[in-house]
Amino acid sequence: MKKIIALALTLIMVFALAAPVASAADGSVYWLNFKPELDEAAQQLAAMYTEKTGVPVKVVTAASGSYSQTLTSEMDKSAAPTLFIIGNQAGVKEWGEFAMDLTGTPIAEELSTDAYNLYDEDGRLVSIGYCYECYGIIVNPDLIEAAGHSMDELVNFEGLKAVAEDIHARAAELGFDAFSSSDMDGSSSWRFTGHMINLEYFYEERDAGGWTECPASLSGAYMDNYKNLYDLCINNSLTDPADLATGGHDAENEFKTGKAAFFVNGSWEYAAVSETVPNATMIPYYCGVEGEEMAGLNCGTENCWAINDMASDADKQATMDFMVWLVSDPEAAAIMVEQLGVLPYKHVPESANGFLAAAAAYSDKGCYVMDWATNYQPNVDDYRAALVSALNAYNADQSDANWAQVVTAAIDGWAVQYAAANG
Amino acid sequence: MKGIFKNPLRRWFWLFLGPVTAAFAIGFVWPFLQGIYLSFCKFKLIRNAKFIGFGNYLSAFKDPTFLHAFWYTALFALTSLLFINILGFAAAYVLTQGIKGSNLFRTVFFMPNLIGGIVLGYIWSMIFDGILSRYGTSILLETKYGFWGLIILMCWQQIGYMMIIYIAGLQAVPEDMLEAAKIDGATKRQTLFRVTIPNVMPSITICTFLSLTNGFKLFDQNLALTGGQPFIIQADGSSIKTTEMLALNIYNTFYSSNSASKGVAQAKAVLFFILVAGLGLAQLAYTRKREVQQ
Repeated sequence: MKKIIALALTLIMVFALAAPVASAADGSVYWLNFKPELDEAAQQLAAMYTEKTGVPVKVVTAASGSYSQTLTSEMDKSAAPTLFIIGNQAGVKEWGEFAMDLTGTPIAEELSTDAYNLYDEDGRLVSIGYCYECYGIIVNPDLIEAAGHSMDELVNFEGLKAVAEDIHARAAELGFDAFSSSDMDGSSSWRFTGHMINLEYFYEERDAGGWTECPASLSGAYMDNYKNLYDLCINNSLTDPADLATGGHDAENEFKTGKAAFFVNGSWEYAAVSETVPNATMIPYYCGVEGEEMAGLNCGTENCWAINDMASDADKQATMDFMVWLVSDPEAAAIMVEQLGVLPYKHVPESANGFLAAAAAYSDKGCYVMDWATNYQPNVDDYRAALVSALNAYNADQSDANWAQVVTAAIDGWAVQYAAANG
Repeated sequence: MKGIFKNPLRRWFWLFLGPVTAAFAIGFVWPFLQGIYLSFCKFKLIRNAKFIGFGNYLSAFKDPTFLHAFWYTALFALTSLLFINILGFAAAYVLTQGIKGSNLFRTVFFMPNLIGGIVLGYIWSMIFDGILSRYGTSILLETKYGFWGLIILMCWQQIGYMMIIYIAGLQAVPEDMLEAAKIDGATKRQTLFRVTIPNVMPSITICTFLSLTNGFKLFDQNLALTGGQPFIIQADGSSIKTTEMLALNIYNTFYSSNSASKGVAQAKAVLFFILVAGLGLAQLAYTRKREVQQ
């Protein structure tokens, strides 16, 4: 009998050791981060905040392309994220009901614009932008000059086409090509199925006088313009279009090492690209639309914070304090700006991001901003997967029939996925 | 009554069985039951599941992509079962004939089994594309490449594993039986089919069971090698992922952004369990009958 008691006592002691120690502070923060490139800085900021205030902050970064999977499983845990990302309309539909209404809260008061905020159908402010980004075509001006051209030629599709085709034709002699590779694997295909296709959505949206919710269908009026730019990109590049399907080419590196003059990507690349191409700049998606000389960059964000409404009041308060600290503490805000570019808040330093500066320069000239209509993509993973499959077939054989499949996937696929997501 | 507790095994059995039973209950039985319950619910998060009856099952049966995935998976499972077992047995047979370096070959053939499925999928997609790109195509462009590519990958991975089981079976065939066959003048072929194979039926039972259920449950390799590509883009804009197998179909359904889809995916998963369990048991019963008692 003594043995059993001894055993039982030992077990109790072991479990007591393993039991979590109750937190000293009232609330804690659990930030489920969306941007892998922010992870290092986010961990640093979390440690800084904990040191300063004693409030525990945990940062977990979901692997690229798996945010919704990670969020789904994390939200079901008893210690669910208190701070998470609702980046687009599909996200509002899926997660909006779990988000706290941020209207009139301290973090909302810090905002300098409400242009990047997301509201649900009832007008609740479910998420607020924490940074602002732009995408387009990154250009190496030195290579353009080296090829005997000038940046002034890049003001519309005709100009871009002439320069790109000339560089590609003389690639062997010049030692560099026009476009870097446009791989269709998961790490790169979003540049075309999420970003470049935005030109089609944007011009449709502009014709419709702006979208306020996801349209049930598209007309496809600007698919030819998408084709213009897409064809230019795959046919004047370092890589044979037939070799793009499984990827494996490092487009960023091709651009950084001066092997290509153009690189389709966004402002988040500035830190990496400017290491070797300090005067890299960004031009809009010129695609043959009338009046595109006045086009600007694609500006918007998918980076919007939401607070988990199911969290305890203490955790919600702690999360709110942490968010306000990120965008108002001089040291923290400086790190945020360095990593993320422009932050739409009142008390943050100026950004040194050259691509966002280019976006501002276009706006100052009176050019129209191409907003991120792509954020309305319904059932986004399935929609883009079908588009990738159609583009793969087209890359291997650029026939009209294969392009028709791309159009079907992009336009009819929108209606199908809209019905699937809303059915 | 006191006598029972004198036996130390009887007295302490709970200590030995307890942890396993608890782990099995926590890690399997409870989630399994909860999974069945959730297949009758509409939910985004498990904590706010709403019971809705059989609606999810109706949606699952009406889903053409699920049916496509079923037939594709069945074809794959059957084909891979044949290739893996015939080649695995052949390798085992050759390596039990006493040729030089048998042990080295056994080790080498077994090693692919130690590599994870996702890694294998990506490595093989590079190998296949390295070859196919010479012909201006890719494994992602043709359903038949995706199918045979996955068969090759699975054979490469699983033959060694099955081979080990077959080698154990072959080594257990009684020497005296083989000797008797030899004395009776049986040819090598007759010995193989009349003596050896009936005696390794227990190995065949376990290997066919493993390869059949592996074929049906395949997920990692499918996701990493083709991820369902190429799609057939239908005229109405919907698409069929031609190389998507059942497990991947369930996964894709679960993570689509329709709020009702999680319950449907759960219903598909329950149907999937019934199918795999049913097929596995039927196959076990069938091959068991052919085993001989030594």
